[in-house]
Amino acid sequence: MANVIKTKKGLDINLVGEAPKVEVLASPVRSYGVVPDHFSGIIPRLSVKEGDHVQAGDAVIYHKNEPMLKLTAPVSGEIVEVKRGAKRKILYVQIKPESTIDYKEFDVANAKMKSREDILNLLGESGLLALFRNRPYDMIVDPKVTPRDIYVTGYLSAPLMPDVISLVKDDLKYLQNAIDVIGKLTKGDVYMGVKKGTPLEVKNCKVYEIDGPHPAGNASVFINHTKPLNRGENVWAIGLTELALIGRFLATGRVDMSRKVVFAGSCFESAGYATVRSGSEVNDLTAGKIEDGKRSVRIIDGDVLTGTKLTEDYRYMSPFSNIISAIPEGDDVNELFGWAALGMKKYSVNRSYPTFLFGKSRKYDIDARLKGGTRAIIVSNEYDKVFPLDIYPEQLVKATIAFNIDKMEELGIYEVAPEDFALCEFVDTSKLELQYIIRKGLDELYKEMN
Amino acid sequence: MKSLRKHIDKIKPNFMPGGKFSKLQSVFEGFETFLFVPNETSKRGVHIHDAMDSKRTMTVVIFALLPALLFGMYNIGYQHYLVNGVDAGFWATFFYGFLAMLPKIIVSYLIGLGIEFAVAQAKGEEIAEGYLVSGLLIPMILPIETPLWQVIVAVAFAVIFAKEVFGGTGYNIFNVALVTRAFLFFSYPGQMSGDAVFIRTGKHWGLGAESLVDTYTGATPLGQVGLVDSSVPTITDAVGNPLNTMDFFLGLIPGSIGETSTLAILIGALILIVTGIGSWKIMLSVFTGGFLTAALFNAIGTTGAMMLPAIDHILLGGFAFGAVFMATDPVTASRTEKGKWIYGFLIGFFAIAIRTLNPGYPEGMMLAILLMNAFAPLIDFYVLDANIQKRVKRAKAIVANNK
Repeated sequence: MANVIKTKKGLDINLVGEAPKVEVLASPVRSYGVVPDHFSGIIPRLSVKEGDHVQAGDAVIYHKNEPMLKLTAPVSGEIVEVKRGAKRKILYVQIKPESTIDYKEFDVANAKMKSREDILNLLGESGLLALFRNRPYDMIVDPKVTPRDIYVTGYLSAPLMPDVISLVKDDLKYLQNAIDVIGKLTKGDVYMGVKKGTPLEVKNCKVYEIDGPHPAGNASVFINHTKPLNRGENVWAIGLTELALIGRFLATGRVDMSRKVVFAGSCFESAGYATVRSGSEVNDLTAGKIEDGKRSVRIIDGDVLTGTKLTEDYRYMSPFSNIISAIPEGDDVNELFGWAALGMKKYSVNRSYPTFLFGKSRKYDIDARLKGGTRAIIVSNEYDKVFPLDIYPEQLVKATIAFNIDKMEELGIYEVAPEDFALCEFVDTSKLELQYIIRKGLDELYKEMN
Repeated sequence: MKSLRKHIDKIKPNFMPGGKFSKLQSVFEGFETFLFVPNETSKRGVHIHDAMDSKRTMTVVIFALLPALLFGMYNIGYQHYLVNGVDAGFWATFFYGFLAMLPKIIVSYLIGLGIEFAVAQAKGEEIAEGYLVSGLLIPMILPIETPLWQVIVAVAFAVIFAKEVFGGTGYNIFNVALVTRAFLFFSYPGQMSGDAVFIRTGKHWGLGAESLVDTYTGATPLGQVGLVDSSVPTITDAVGNPLNTMDFFLGLIPGSIGETSTLAILIGALILIVTGIGSWKIMLSVFTGGFLTAALFNAIGTTGAMMLPAIDHILLGGFAFGAVFMATDPVTASRTEKGKWIYGFLIGFFAIAIRTLNPGYPEGMMLAILLMNAFAPLIDFYVLDANIQKRVKRAKAIVANNK
């Protein structure tokens, strides 16, 4: 019997557009991308140039400060373009795929017997070490640092997210080996958190069942409820779906980034589960599956709380995505006196809209409008209701805005990641960009401390 | 709706930077967002947002204020016809009060919103909605005979010096409406207390009774309590009939316009609590603090004010109104949940203590809330400190273990 963590605070937002349990065929993808922005904290340097040919698993980008940390190609093909933005920042490296994928072969024999150093090198070379995220700072890990513990998160609690087992069931056979191998990277334990009732039999790690509304599945909640992170400590976190990729790599010796994702959201005409490859151009994947012309649509790489909106500059699926969401954009909606109207279709956690009378199971089709102007933080205790950590979120946000490092530390900045503030941002009457505030605060804090 | 939207889109460029009226951008945007929910979509961060915004929050508070406001209007007429010995009927009574009250509301909004618009425009910011509530609260906590010019001066003072200099809505330390009241109280004490200000006696706009009977006392019940030396006070209405606890609860008694009926205020409290806009913790702790303090004074019982039953204490004066609508102001109250209990309790305590120990100063609630506004950050500091210390202790234990 696993240990159970029960959280009460949080919010499950019921959205229209949940994916039915059917397989859909993703449309063919014309280009793939390696995107440094998917990996917070990386200072990207190119290993390739336009015109080069790469195999799947070849390094495309390495981290300037730690060259063993690499981002690798998800497919084989030709480097078509290195797209740069302001100040010559690398936005993505575009790869035109070949018809059959040619994989680079890695020596993974007896990985379990290898030294920590060798395992780090293997994972670093294959680009899979970049799938771990360091706490504090919620960024790429520093291979020189041995983490206190490693946390595997296997509860996808965000809106429209599928059950994790349905995403990794083909790779479950690789999981134990992956746990055993990554266990050698830490001096402590491997912790695994799954949703209550998830049938997962694994050894050599501490399994916790987590029960509660979103953000119960976030790594911070898991860490905070098991061994809270203190100043000076480091832990690594990785999603179960990413660990499955490592498991497959350790079994096959190939960097195979194909994975199951869910197409969900009210604007999908054919929602469902699809097998896709990280780094795919998302617009290609979803072609023909989104409702046509009725209203303006927003396609999101990731979930509706933490994902990234597709734009001209942001086109490729992140290796951390388990879902592609499509919701109405809302910029074509004009509501006369909307703030005063009764609002029979509007969703609010507060009870100033009568929809609370319909109960929690009612589903809502929420668009991407802010639904109000940006204001100072007026209402108190809004964030606390959806923030299940032993931290005062409003005060931490204020300290972060002021960049008062002492206060940030005292109030627990090391224990949080931007994703933990997603629900706070959702409920915020003042419409502030809390995740961005925290991300910026963490980045600046890292610079200040290192 | 579509034609209105089209018209707005057509004239909008004139108000944007570079347009003919670009100096009025904030004002234009204020009206535009008043008419239409902005269809600006999120750029980064969460892609969906709760339908709640600051306009909706303020609207709910105004809605919650309506029972007390409407009752206050009726009570103005009721007191007027009572001292004149005329039974004018419900509608005449209400309209007398309505017309007496209307100029105050209009003046309060004109001056307050005028300043808010001007400041927002000068700073190039969007207009915040905070004054929508303050603008209605201010006339409701004044005696009916407060001259309009005093309302103008006080509103201007409060909006500028209690709010805008701190940075506007959301940044003020003291409750704006109460600063207005305090300003008037200390600047024009004659018009803020005593017998002559709580009952309108004259006719206006053709409504009202012709003549005034010779003897009436317009003192509020608390004003009367202050005059009693060492016995349980007997409180009467303006023409000498005794009043009891039920009268205090229902509120047909002299007092500041919106403050007399605890019943109407409780309906407002219910709206605030059900919608989740007002903190029930603050309300409950203010009433608890006030009741227990009054009960303690009852036990000591040496003056009239001390002997006034505890239940009457919390029904009279601005106590209930302050507890429900002023103490719960999220900007100036404690922001932590534990802090709210302490904050509310101390407001209740100080309100009754001020009233009882200084009977010449019956309206303790106003000063109690302003005082606790000043101490709210300190309360939060100690609540946060407990959390901070826990973290520090944990970190120290780790360091010690590693040694």
